[in-house]
Amino acid sequence: MEFFERFAIPHPSPLIYASMVAIGLTMIAIVVGITYFKKWGYLWREWLTTVDHKRIGMMYIISALLMLFRGGADAVMMRLQTAVPDNTFLDAQHYNEVFTTHGVVMIIFMAMAFIIGMMNFVVPLQIGARDVAFPRLNAISFWLYFAGAMLFNISFVIGGSPDAGWTNYFPLAGTEFSETVGVNYYMWALQISGIGTLMTGINFIVTILKMRAPGMTLMKMPMFTWSALITNVIIVFAFPVLTIALLMGTLDRQFGTHFFASTNGGMDMLWANLFWVWGHPEVYILILPAFGIYSEVISTFSQRNLYGYKSMVGSMVLISFMSFLVWVHHFFTMGHGPLVNGIFSITTMAIAVPTGIKIFNWLLTMWKGKIRFTVPMLYSVGFIPLFTIGGVTGVMLAIASADYQYHNTMFLVAHFHNVIIPGVVFAMLAGLTYWWPKMFGFMLNERIGKWGFWFLTVGFCLAFFPMYITGLDGQARRMYTYSEETGFGPLNMLSFFGAGLMAIAFILIVYNVYYSFRYAPRNVGQDPWNARSLEWATPNPVPHYNFSVTPVVNSSEAFWDSKKNGHQLFKDKIDKIHMPNNSGLPIIIAGLFFVFGFSFVFGIWVGVIAAAIGIFGCMAYRTFEKDHGHYIPVEEIQETEMKLEVRNNENR
Amino acid sequence: MKIDNTGPLEYSTNQNQMNILGFWIFLGAEIMLFGTLFASYFTLENGVGSGPSGAEVFEITPVLLETIILLTSSFTIGLATHAMRINHKKATLVFLGITLLLGLSFLSVEIYEFIHYYHVGLTLQTSAFSAILLTTLGTHGAHVTFGLFWGLFIFLQIKKRGFTPETTNKSFIFSLYWHFLDVVWIFIFSFIYLKGMM
Repeated sequence: MEFFERFAIPHPSPLIYASMVAIGLTMIAIVVGITYFKKWGYLWREWLTTVDHKRIGMMYIISALLMLFRGGADAVMMRLQTAVPDNTFLDAQHYNEVFTTHGVVMIIFMAMAFIIGMMNFVVPLQIGARDVAFPRLNAISFWLYFAGAMLFNISFVIGGSPDAGWTNYFPLAGTEFSETVGVNYYMWALQISGIGTLMTGINFIVTILKMRAPGMTLMKMPMFTWSALITNVIIVFAFPVLTIALLMGTLDRQFGTHFFASTNGGMDMLWANLFWVWGHPEVYILILPAFGIYSEVISTFSQRNLYGYKSMVGSMVLISFMSFLVWVHHFFTMGHGPLVNGIFSITTMAIAVPTGIKIFNWLLTMWKGKIRFTVPMLYSVGFIPLFTIGGVTGVMLAIASADYQYHNTMFLVAHFHNVIIPGVVFAMLAGLTYWWPKMFGFMLNERIGKWGFWFLTVGFCLAFFPMYITGLDGQARRMYTYSEETGFGPLNMLSFFGAGLMAIAFILIVYNVYYSFRYAPRNVGQDPWNARSLEWATPNPVPHYNFSVTPVVNSSEAFWDSKKNGHQLFKDKIDKIHMPNNSGLPIIIAGLFFVFGFSFVFGIWVGVIAAAIGIFGCMAYRTFEKDHGHYIPVEEIQETEMKLEVRNNENR
Repeated sequence: MKIDNTGPLEYSTNQNQMNILGFWIFLGAEIMLFGTLFASYFTLENGVGSGPSGAEVFEITPVLLETIILLTSSFTIGLATHAMRINHKKATLVFLGITLLLGLSFLSVEIYEFIHYYHVGLTLQTSAFSAILLTTLGTHGAHVTFGLFWGLFIFLQIKKRGFTPETTNKSFIFSLYWHFLDVVWIFIFSFIYLKGMM
């Protein structure tokens, strides 16, 4: 019995027991359902072992949506708790756990997964490739992310959630103040999914540099591909810093070292520095692909080419470089002295310049365009003013001397949600709606989609704009309650109301998927939006080899040229196509990583050693394995293409 | 799979070229990894608490021995790649084997060094300095250990399968990895040991 006591939850509450039951029932339902419909074989062959970038992309996006609801539930709980003064819905400890998991889940397991999912689906299609450079590695990346996400999510029913904030500052995150295994979960969940992300970074840089269609020079790449390239460069240079920080954190917590302790020569500020040396570039890892999506969407629905292509690329390169030079602005108040603060204050403000260039480029793309206000375009048009407000408050926060007033208040919370929600979340919803017909072969309903957009936008404004005011009035972030005399009550109630509208928006978005799945016509053709880039040159649904013939490209809008200017995309005849084989190794290795992480969290060393041996065993197996992929014969390709053509013609 | 016979075998297919480029990018990430360790080392170097400092525990003999062994192994892996380029299987295997043996002896000396630190009272828990020192050395040592197994597997594959686009590609990438570990060691030698002993 003693062995099992460690798995007990340290701060149980009816809410946690309810979610335990819910998780258990859902898992049983899934297993029973799959068994009943005899889908295990299908699931294993077509999805769990797949190395197809499109399916991996979809799995990323589905996981991201699940995490969005987990993180969203946390958000609603926080708003509910602070809706009225002296509320007792959550106690302090539970509130700490909720804001910690909300931050981690939304950044690492929702936004990152959404972005990488989009890149997976879109980038190879946009550059005219048949898969990524390392398809097997791509599957490993996804399953490592998934293992990390699951590890993090079981924390609140087994052993307790992390409670030191998503920034996890030491010494608060040390064993002295965070006694449960919660922070251990944080370390290993991020470590495991971080390794996966690093592999994705390498994979996509090589894919984009080496696998572009003939004629597509770097300066003729679609803007989303450019943003993906730059993002992945940032990933490769930022994530190793997190790896080391997490390693040190683990050693401090589980092996009694003194990296971040205040005794025996340790330095607690080292964690804050390392965390933000990774963490600030991470912010740009999130926002740059979003910028890429807006560029695609705005140009498509203004029916104009993107204004200022070169300055778009240049400003993204500049942003990526500067993203490594601003990290200290996250802790201006922690005593660096005026010189250091001054320098980082200036670099932070300077980042507004390339970002501003991009904003003007989008506006000028719309200038004199024939704008169609579809759902993706609505999100993009909504993004511009809202993101600008977030950017301006960011410049306010960058003023080091004034930051002493804003630091750790709701003003900051309002600011970063103001850039992340209209910036990243709007982009993901725009991109999802935009590429949905390419992914699933039907369109999402526009009317429900627009309702979703308006609920989300109005809800967002009501939820976060009041926080600017309460923040300036001195309401601290991460406080589980406040007294009535502070007068924060009414505005917090307004925030809660806004959060409710946002929740309705997400329910509408999910309902839209269901509704469109049932009622939307399937005759959308290959190019329902009258779009411009290469991914729309593939038939619907995209065959697993993407392009039967490698396209030849002459500009960044090759597909548009082929429609309007008589450019011939497909010149060659169909030849046999080489494709990679599916493999069960990625999911097995990720499963072993899960066991490794879980055992490490609880210090069950037998499990750690066994899983480590298993992981190295898989790697050894891989190096001796002979896997040359397979060829699809010409006849099979012709047959598939014929079927797709009949289908697409019927639909036209 | 198109085979291009104009260049060396390890570059002969598209996939091979992508593997090599991908590994270079991975080495870029590794530079950041060790860069972070070095930056943390310089930050915590003087945080010796009540434990000994570097000057008190570093011994020049094992460190010099490790340096010479690892530099030599970098030379022999270079010879192995050269032998591979001129299609000399036996010489490749011999030099690869010598490289791995040198790696093993490096590791033995490093283990001796760690035992020595333990005896003079410098363990992971002693101070921030001891923790970052042992973490940095340990990360490098773990890379070498990993490399030993990896190199052994490549040795076996070349022995069994001869030079193919795959085996040459793997051993070329392994040689990049091994040289990289040598470069990291040079930084460890200069900025941890020599700086610490001065």
